[in-house]
Amino acid sequence: MNVGDLLEGKQICICAGSGGVGKTTTAAAVAMGMASRGKKVAVLTIDPAKRLANSLGLSELGNEETLVEPKRFAEAGVEMHGELWAMMLDAKRTFDDLVERHAPDEQTRDRILQNRIYKEISNAMAGSQEYMAMEKVYELHQEARYDLLVLDTPPTRHALDFIEAPERMTRFIEGKSLQFFLRPGRFGVKMLGRSGGILFSALKRITGIDLLQDLSEFFQSFADMAEGFSERAQRVKELLGDRRTTFMLVTAPERDPIDEAFYFWRRLKEAKLPFGGFVINKVHPDYVKSAVDIDTDRLVPELERSLDGTAGAADLAGRVAENFQNYELLAERDRQNMELLTERVSEDCVLEVPYFDEDVHDIGGLALVNRYLFADAAERQELLEQATV
Amino acid sequence: MIFVTGKGGVGKSTIAAALGVAAAREGKRAIICEVAQQERMSRFFERQGVGYHETEIAPNLFAFSIDPQRALEEYLLMQIKIKPVYDLMFKNRVFTYFAAATPGMRELVTVGKVWELAQLDRKVKSGSKYDVVIVDAPATGHGVGILKTPKTFSDIARVGPIKRQAETIFKFITDPKLTSVCAVAWPEEMPVNETIDLQKSLKRELGLNLDEVFLNGIYPDLFDDDEAQLLSDRLAHEASTNGAEAAVVRRAALRAALSEYRRSRSQREQLERLEEGLRKDVAELPFVFRPQLDMGAVELLADRIEDQLGAKL
Repeated sequence: MNVGDLLEGKQICICAGSGGVGKTTTAAAVAMGMASRGKKVAVLTIDPAKRLANSLGLSELGNEETLVEPKRFAEAGVEMHGELWAMMLDAKRTFDDLVERHAPDEQTRDRILQNRIYKEISNAMAGSQEYMAMEKVYELHQEARYDLLVLDTPPTRHALDFIEAPERMTRFIEGKSLQFFLRPGRFGVKMLGRSGGILFSALKRITGIDLLQDLSEFFQSFADMAEGFSERAQRVKELLGDRRTTFMLVTAPERDPIDEAFYFWRRLKEAKLPFGGFVINKVHPDYVKSAVDIDTDRLVPELERSLDGTAGAADLAGRVAENFQNYELLAERDRQNMELLTERVSEDCVLEVPYFDEDVHDIGGLALVNRYLFADAAERQELLEQATV
Repeated sequence: MIFVTGKGGVGKSTIAAALGVAAAREGKRAIICEVAQQERMSRFFERQGVGYHETEIAPNLFAFSIDPQRALEEYLLMQIKIKPVYDLMFKNRVFTYFAAATPGMRELVTVGKVWELAQLDRKVKSGSKYDVVIVDAPATGHGVGILKTPKTFSDIARVGPIKRQAETIFKFITDPKLTSVCAVAWPEEMPVNETIDLQKSLKRELGLNLDEVFLNGIYPDLFDDDEAQLLSDRLAHEASTNGAEAAVVRRAALRAALSEYRRSRSQREQLERLEEGLRKDVAELPFVFRPQLDMGAVELLADRIEDQLGAKL
């Protein structure tokens, strides 16, 4: 099994996982790999490293896809049979565009865009980044200009943020929990009942913020649009669970990221969302099968003999052995953590990518990653065993 | 108060724990505050979930995990004092909603709670005094995140207790005698860039300096250029020998040595880039070769922090 098999018949690939595990790199590699095999692919990234962005010819946040020039692939020795498009997502911009599309008139639009509550949720409300990423995917999917869309997701503190984002957004916009207190009237908001009055005056006294004013304005402006918004959020949610979509869970072979990936996987299953596979980055390849006993007492003199004739051979041999022990410890740790994952998920869906000696930051590096992502199980094993240093 | 900030996955929680251990060793009464509710501290110190309790996890060392909802309720109860009004707010869940809608409310109560822990005249019953409060701050992309909240809030609120309190907290966290802001970085491109950005935005938005930058995960750098060349020649030679078990092990050892050499070299480049970008020396912390980041790892890092910072602690 490889990424090519996993994405057979898929139109959307969502790369999700905790921070610092190489999600952006994986998304870019998957997209490039599929494009090089003849597909027209767009990759939507959040915050790529500068060098990777430069390598793809991405400059500033544009919220528009741009074609990665074919000559860049040729220069890196990558045969490109399709097209790779890339864009950097701008969540706030996507939200503003959405308001623009749904607003009945310019006045309403401006009132919303200027509203303090709106500014806050469009920037920072938990889940709004996630939601807007999916919103953009939905929009591009509707336009049907690409064979495949690959989404690099924002680092989520909780897996749920992504899965629940559409619903959370709907709930917020419809203002369900406040409907009991608020009723839009011609001259602003009327309180329903005495308790509401006490509540809001207490709030105002403590916070010093006339939140009521902002909230009422927000909900009044949104009243006409709420239905359109909710409908769209519903369709975005449906797209998350569509059979043409797949989630790729990206992780690293350390304990915390492995636990988080497992947790995310469980949530996907519970929510009946389509799961493709795990990509585990930065795995220390086990050069020596664990069956081989490493006898350091024997290794040092052997190395010393091998390095014979050089000054300080004994000292150097000692350091090589010390380093090797440390290395094996990490290789063993990685192997155990990955076993923990495969045992728990009891599915054959784990793609390993080794820890390279240098960071992946250009098209050549992505091509190296793809040797592993697009290899079948036997090939991958062989590659890992002889991983070139 | 010490804020420990940094990108996700760079070992921020581990460094926060190590700072706590180092402070406790100096005879200080220290508390580590987690804000992401991940219960990392209970894992390091092999304890049951710490939760919203000031729990002693080692002699003189406490831990606390902030739940913004609980912190908000605690704060309100102190402000409102009239129990029926308070009950009304929570029964109707209007405050949950209010907290979600108000700019920075969750972050403000979080910072507020951290600040409260650092006070010598604690308002919370059963709260005790601490010499140092270490905050394992939430992972920030860029930006200064949670540190900025009190300022934002005191700008938005026109009058009232929150404005006054936000100002008090703001003064506290921007007073270099009371608060120190540390960043944890990892010797790779993205974390280094973000640390440099963090320093700039701290300065620009809050007029603050980074007191200490920890570059975590540094390899021991065991081989110099000539040795690497020698090892690489040996590997090429060994590759042509047959596959006897001992030869496999030797080759693997040589490969691992060359990996170490290359990674160390790229880490050195990142270290230079970081120090150049920050115009400041950073504290170098070693990669911990252990199967789990456990108490042993935390203590090892605490040793190194003591070596590097010494009297500054």
